[in-house]
Amino acid sequence: MPVSLRDSAATFGLSPEEFDLVVEHLGRDPNALEAGVFGALWSEHCGYKNSRPLLRRLPTEGPQVLQGPGENAGVVDIGDGWGVAFKMESHNHPSAVEPVQGAATGVGGILRDIFAMGARPVAVLDSLRFGELSEARNRYLLAGVVHGISLYGNAIGVPTVGGEIAFDPCYQENPLVNVMALGFLRHEDLKRGTVGEVGNTLIYVGSKTGRDGLGGAVFASADLSETSDADRPAVQVGDPFMEKLLLEACLEAYAGGLVAGVQDMGAAGLSSSVAEMAHRAGLGVDLYLDRVPRREEGMTPLEVMLSESQERMLLTATPGRERELLEVLERWELDAHEVGVVRDHGRLRLFEGKRLVGDLPVAALNEPPTYTRQGVEDPAIARLRATPIDVPDTPDPAGALLTLLASPTIASKEAVFRQYDHQVMTNTVVLPGRGDAAVLRVKGSRRGVAATVDCNARYVRLDPRLGAAHAVAEAARNLSCVGATPLGVTDNLNFGNPYLPEVYHQLEQAVEGIKEACLALGTPVTGGNVSLYNQYRSGDGYHAIDPTPTIGMVGVLPDLERRADMALERDGDVLVLIGEAAGGLGASEMLARLHGLELGAPPPLDFEREAAVQGVVRSLIQDGLCDTAHDVAEGGLAVALAEMAILGDRGLDATLPDEASADDRGAPDGADASGDAGASDDAGASDDALLFGEGAARVVVALAGDDAVAEAEARCAAAGVPCHRLGRSGGNELRVRTARSAFAVPLTSLRAAYQRPLAEGLR
Amino acid sequence: MTIAVVRFPGSNCDDDARYAFESVLDARVRFVWHREPALGRVDAVVLPGGFSYGDYLRGGALAALSPVMEAVRAFADRGGPVLGICNGWQILTEARMLPGQLARNPSLHFLCQDVHLRVERSDLAFTRHYRQGQVLRLPIAHNEGRFYVDDATLAELEDSGRVVFRYVDAAGRQLAEANVNGSRNAIAGVVNERGNVLGMMPHPERAVEALLGSDDGLGILRGVLDHLGRTVPAS
Repeated sequence: MPVSLRDSAATFGLSPEEFDLVVEHLGRDPNALEAGVFGALWSEHCGYKNSRPLLRRLPTEGPQVLQGPGENAGVVDIGDGWGVAFKMESHNHPSAVEPVQGAATGVGGILRDIFAMGARPVAVLDSLRFGELSEARNRYLLAGVVHGISLYGNAIGVPTVGGEIAFDPCYQENPLVNVMALGFLRHEDLKRGTVGEVGNTLIYVGSKTGRDGLGGAVFASADLSETSDADRPAVQVGDPFMEKLLLEACLEAYAGGLVAGVQDMGAAGLSSSVAEMAHRAGLGVDLYLDRVPRREEGMTPLEVMLSESQERMLLTATPGRERELLEVLERWELDAHEVGVVRDHGRLRLFEGKRLVGDLPVAALNEPPTYTRQGVEDPAIARLRATPIDVPDTPDPAGALLTLLASPTIASKEAVFRQYDHQVMTNTVVLPGRGDAAVLRVKGSRRGVAATVDCNARYVRLDPRLGAAHAVAEAARNLSCVGATPLGVTDNLNFGNPYLPEVYHQLEQAVEGIKEACLALGTPVTGGNVSLYNQYRSGDGYHAIDPTPTIGMVGVLPDLERRADMALERDGDVLVLIGEAAGGLGASEMLARLHGLELGAPPPLDFEREAAVQGVVRSLIQDGLCDTAHDVAEGGLAVALAEMAILGDRGLDATLPDEASADDRGAPDGADASGDAGASDDAGASDDALLFGEGAARVVVALAGDDAVAEAEARCAAAGVPCHRLGRSGGNELRVRTARSAFAVPLTSLRAAYQRPLAEGLR
Repeated sequence: MTIAVVRFPGSNCDDDARYAFESVLDARVRFVWHREPALGRVDAVVLPGGFSYGDYLRGGALAALSPVMEAVRAFADRGGPVLGICNGWQILTEARMLPGQLARNPSLHFLCQDVHLRVERSDLAFTRHYRQGQVLRLPIAHNEGRFYVDDATLAELEDSGRVVFRYVDAAGRQLAEANVNGSRNAIAGVVNERGNVLGMMPHPERAVEALLGSDDGLGILRGVLDHLGRTVPAS
């Protein structure tokens, strides 16, 4: 029997070598239950065995960090005794199989992580990726995912306040659903996932345990293949009503001092929550499986341990307050049972009645073997990156602008956001789609909190290190554009199969890029999630998705009255571009949408310049000199101006600088290791580069009055940052001139192009 | 003077209502759990929005059977003011305290957006802070907001002036495209015969501060307080 168990180690998600390691830890062969628990906790999803050595490189410290990685969520200090708990997690594989429930349970899971920290969840943001909107299956997935997010978030009453949605054929079979949640808490209310002390009682509360989601952690860590449709039972079903009760009951129990530790049951269910809580305290637990409420008859101990039934929490009762805790939970009409006792033996001992059915070392469960591999860049990617951009200036810039606005990645997401309750809890100050980041008020404080999720995966594909750094820089820029000071990062690393050297290369380089940017911009990483084995089928086999390290970032507004969004507020405001006049066309949306080319190097990223531009923008907003700002991202300056006009429902007249001043250009990019210069940058400022070129550290602000303009120019000069007066807001057209061409487009045409794709795609 | 905000399992605008009355209007709020058979000494009742009982079965259907609803009905019968917002209106229709039903939006999608409402009568306590014909901008957030009644009841509601709010455009015109959820006669809120029980789909408690974009809902909440004979200072 032991021999056959080793032979079938793969069914538990263990390699034969890992099985041998388990034997070594136990000093004997495991039984099937023990092998299964090891397999789940050592899966990529729970154990991060391929990514942990890389993640250790990320900066995690800063004076603002109240809780770094290793807990259910990170927590940063926003002042006045308030903290923000935040975390992002993926639900990619479940959403590929069953989009509605996959996305819904993604929301439910991340919200539990937030209230497990003692925080009240206050907002959700989503970063979503799908194949091209023109294909019916992708519209089905989009509609299902949006519906799932909406049905869970709306019902539980946590607003969905922002996010991003991008479309690329590489996500055709493997959409990405990354959900970020935020919660507010007072510093003193911070909770941790611990069993506390010897003798404490562990209380199971929430839904009964069923066979749903069985082996989900292993499922999420396996290649997504044709057989996945047969895995449907591995996708859990969400019950937001149950979670609302669980949320309110937990918060009431915390407030009463009844809870000494708490953790949700997420991936690998009861196994991971009890093992992690015991490990953090350096203790052991006797767990009585027969006391776990079950939805079905005849479940095996392994099924009980690995079930990923949703809406369940494990609480450590405050010693002596067990009865009161159970009373609170029962008043909220929840199933609650004492299932475990904390011991000093350092083991996870599993009992069925009096019978010991499993005996596992807690430390070994939590310390899976880790693997460091050798990454090798795919030479095809290097060639694409080095390919010179050789396209003629578009003869029809107005048409090109309308095409870009109608690119589903750029187009308005209003049709999506109106399906989300984005206002419940009455804290949402900047509505989704209206600013570069969501802005929430903190009731009882002057402060505000801003949040965003960002990643340009095309940049990452063409240059993983630089592209990932761009994702961090853009997130920080988006926060700065609403007037927030960035505080911390949660990252969701979506990659392919790490055993492939070219995928491992992407992962390793992306982590380096995140590290560099987070260090440079002062935003430590407080937690995150890794999703590997994201791939699609094409011709000769399976291919990894574009590497997509989604960055979630939160920041603080010192005074909520001083904030900005991107909508032009008044006629006659002066439009000022802070940063370089022209961008590059390498890896740009313009090249992709108008020429069908996804190549060239992403724009360079100079961290000093980035920080300087963001500093100027923040200072203008925080000093009350500016209430309208928008970063220049996909589609370049023309798209940025058009968005400001559409959202403000007023036109503008802009003259783009003749040419980028020579001293602004070609600044060596010391921090970026790629070494490939943007091919288009050498050509000077072509019309395409001025209108549609992309680059870091570029922000358009609209300023009321000459004094504000003079002050902005002075601050730019002092910071060594170029700035350019472009023109003024007003009228009902977007009028743009360069030295060589001019065009005008009525607002109505811009709006139609901008709103159509998602409105129709979701019909 | 105290306002009861009834909490059903799954209510999620209960705290928003409390905040609006307490922090913005300086009134006192008492949460009443759905299992309580009595309201206690309160002067007005608010049934807040949310997904009571998860909206399983039908919005408001299970909540209407909660013990507290008998107390709410008795309170209304004594002339006490009752305001049902969103899911609260659904509960009032399921409890037959107001006519009609709220059906799925024709798009079959949840809708969260600002709408314009025309105040059809300003002689109610709830609406005395508005002018008749005044256009308000309030948010909606619902799956099931399409007001439906049979022809006879509709005629009766219209003839007796019990339609309080209608979906209109910014200029106050009753246009098909402004009737975002396809309600009959674009009805967004109705009152009972006695004028003390108001159900409405839009959320006045979400529109009480300029910071969040509109304070057009303040008048309705002030009206609830006025019902108590209290004079509430303007903003």
